[in-house]
Amino acid sequence: MKFLHLIWGNLKRKKLRTSLTLLSILVAFVLFGVLCAIKHALIGGVELAGADRLVVRHKVSIIQLLPESYKARMARIPGVSLAVHQTWFGGIYQDPKNFFMQCPVEPEDFLKMFPEFRLPPEQLKAWLATRTGAIAGRNTVDRFGWKIGDKIPIMSPIWLQRTWEFDLVGIFEGRDKGTDTTPLFFRYDYFDEVRKTQNWGTGLVGWYTIRVEDPARAAEVARLIDQEFENSPAETKTEPEGAFVQAFANQIGDIALIVAGILGAVFFTILLVTGSTMSQAVRERIGELGVLKAIGFTNGQVLGLVLAESCLLALLGGGLGLGLAALFISRGDPTGGLLPLFHFPASDLLIGAGIAVVLGVLTGVFPALQATRLRVADALRRM
Amino acid sequence: MHSGPLNWLLQIASITRFGLLSIPQRRGSVAATIFGIAGVVLVLVGVLSIAAGFQRAMVASGAPDSAVVLRSGADSEMVSGFGRAETRLIADAPGIARQAQGALASAELFVIINLPKRATGTDANVPLRGVESAALAVRDNLKIVAGRMFEWGRNEVIVGVGAAREFAGLEVGGTIKVGRDTWPVVGVFSASGGVAESEVWTDATVLQGAYNRGDSFQSVYARLVSPGAFREFKDALTANPQLNVKVMRQSEFYSEQSEMITRLITTLGVLIAGLMAVGAVFGALNTMYSAVASRTREIATLRALGFGRGAVVVALMLEAMLLALLGGSAGGVLAFVAFNNFHAATINWQSFSQVAFAFAVTPPLLVQGVIWAMAIGLIGGLLPALRAARLPIAAALREL
Repeated sequence: MKFLHLIWGNLKRKKLRTSLTLLSILVAFVLFGVLCAIKHALIGGVELAGADRLVVRHKVSIIQLLPESYKARMARIPGVSLAVHQTWFGGIYQDPKNFFMQCPVEPEDFLKMFPEFRLPPEQLKAWLATRTGAIAGRNTVDRFGWKIGDKIPIMSPIWLQRTWEFDLVGIFEGRDKGTDTTPLFFRYDYFDEVRKTQNWGTGLVGWYTIRVEDPARAAEVARLIDQEFENSPAETKTEPEGAFVQAFANQIGDIALIVAGILGAVFFTILLVTGSTMSQAVRERIGELGVLKAIGFTNGQVLGLVLAESCLLALLGGGLGLGLAALFISRGDPTGGLLPLFHFPASDLLIGAGIAVVLGVLTGVFPALQATRLRVADALRRM
Repeated sequence: MHSGPLNWLLQIASITRFGLLSIPQRRGSVAATIFGIAGVVLVLVGVLSIAAGFQRAMVASGAPDSAVVLRSGADSEMVSGFGRAETRLIADAPGIARQAQGALASAELFVIINLPKRATGTDANVPLRGVESAALAVRDNLKIVAGRMFEWGRNEVIVGVGAAREFAGLEVGGTIKVGRDTWPVVGVFSASGGVAESEVWTDATVLQGAYNRGDSFQSVYARLVSPGAFREFKDALTANPQLNVKVMRQSEFYSEQSEMITRLITTLGVLIAGLMAVGAVFGALNTMYSAVASRTREIATLRALGFGRGAVVVALMLEAMLLALLGGSAGGVLAFVAFNNFHAATINWQSFSQVAFAFAVTPPLLVQGVIWAMAIGLIGGLLPALRAARLPIAAALREL
């Protein structure tokens, strides 16, 4: 600690270079943070998937509907503790650009199945009491400035090509940082009732989510479910929620991978370029390090001094960069609704900090070792 | 010494020459700058080439004299729907080109089947389209490149070259499962890079049967007598009280379909490249400041000899811009080599199905990249150049 002012003095000597280096590191880490957020937005969901949940969809494709009557049949299959269904509503709120998901659900079972959606009990009560009631996630509520009691008109091109009006009775929060709080959920009984009046699509739902009693037996339960509906007009495909989400993320495909690839390479390029500048700064001072050795500094102390300087710079730049990235990411999805899961996971924050340390050590260690190996007389001659 | 603009230009030229000759002495930081700027351009052009390629696939799909008819309010074929009677009315509308076999209008059905992607082995939404016999004449760029056309009324499919490349089992001799039936793949077709290349095609009537769709369709694709006939065609359909439709040129329809994904990629691309550009500006500043610092005496000597401040500024700016141009061009070339014509497939949210396409590094993108590079050079060069011009001559001459 007593050398702190020495380290600080060295950094201050070329203020301009130090601040430019600091800024470069900062930008690299802002980039790193934003990249992590984008990666999570594109392939997120997977790690949030419940291990005890299975998704059942129509075997041919998810756009084919399944009968609502499957719910009771699924619930009877041994190992299944709960079955709920959702249906893609595909509605438009004011403008197609205001995209968010809407689904008709059965409120109580649905919230039991997805405890990550947190709805205050009195709002659940209000929902159960209001046939046209709907609940929406915090993200979407804030985005459009809704409040409880508002009437939300949503035009569905799929369902009867009409505008449905819902009463906002509740606002749910996410249990985890990564929970998607963009969807709006409304009551299935209301949905089906309206469909009945038009005699169109009655009794059909999009897909099911199943909770299994024992996650270890999930594969077996999945097989039992598919067997149950084999040779019926609507055969099913059942898979763990994680696999379902993963397959969906894979549909975005190589693009996410390519983007991540390019950007990863670029992040390290910036670090490389910055690192070389930092090493250069140390190399220029090898003579001075010789003086320090001449007045009695040990090799270890010189090494520590140089490393402390480069690490300080890297950590300062890295810390500020990660902080700025977190600030930017906390403002939410920059694309306006296309990336609902836009957040900065703590694990990536740690990785970022780790990279900052590695950067500091790597840029300092080579010139420092060179300095310690030097004989004092040679070093002094370099002055 | 002479005076006037010629002299000034000579001054600039000689200082610039000095600067360029001293580059080998500071090759580390110069290389870092060029590298950094090349990186910015590479990323910018690379990411935007994804959007450009996607758009190109969409644009290649729509000839100016072709139109699409959907149900009013539908933003994609998925949510549109027509009965047989309505599609007949549409085919009878004025403006549609006609041949011996009848109107060049194809009523089509659009569904999705799950097929594993070759790259990942996981299921993807592949579009399966049922067409009528006019479909090939409506899209005149369609060609069978392997196998043969499917036979009308039989459970057979042909697949686009993009689909064949991206999804498992889609080659001549392969099969797909539709419901409980297995249909053979009998041919592969190309459509000059258009969206159809990502699709699987079969006879609409066969598909109606397999999907219990009765006698319904989702869209009508039509070829018009001329691009100018669109107005007449559209007015006739929208004025018809028996119809409730949305009429678009195919090009319009496809640009609407690609809007969401283009917006996503462009926003992210510009955001990231912008961040990198900021980093590259710092890099350029560092290089040019160190260039100025290492040449303090030399610049002071020149100034003492009567070289003007303006000439010093311009010469240093020129040097910075030259480095930027070099970096920008390198980045552009790299991007072209690495990304042009790179094949990929992604999901198009609007149609909820896969689109196979090739990245396109277009000339406007390359120009955009070089402009970014020059802007970085300009900003990175200006401040150090001003500093150099402001150096007090006497003090600088004393510096070692």
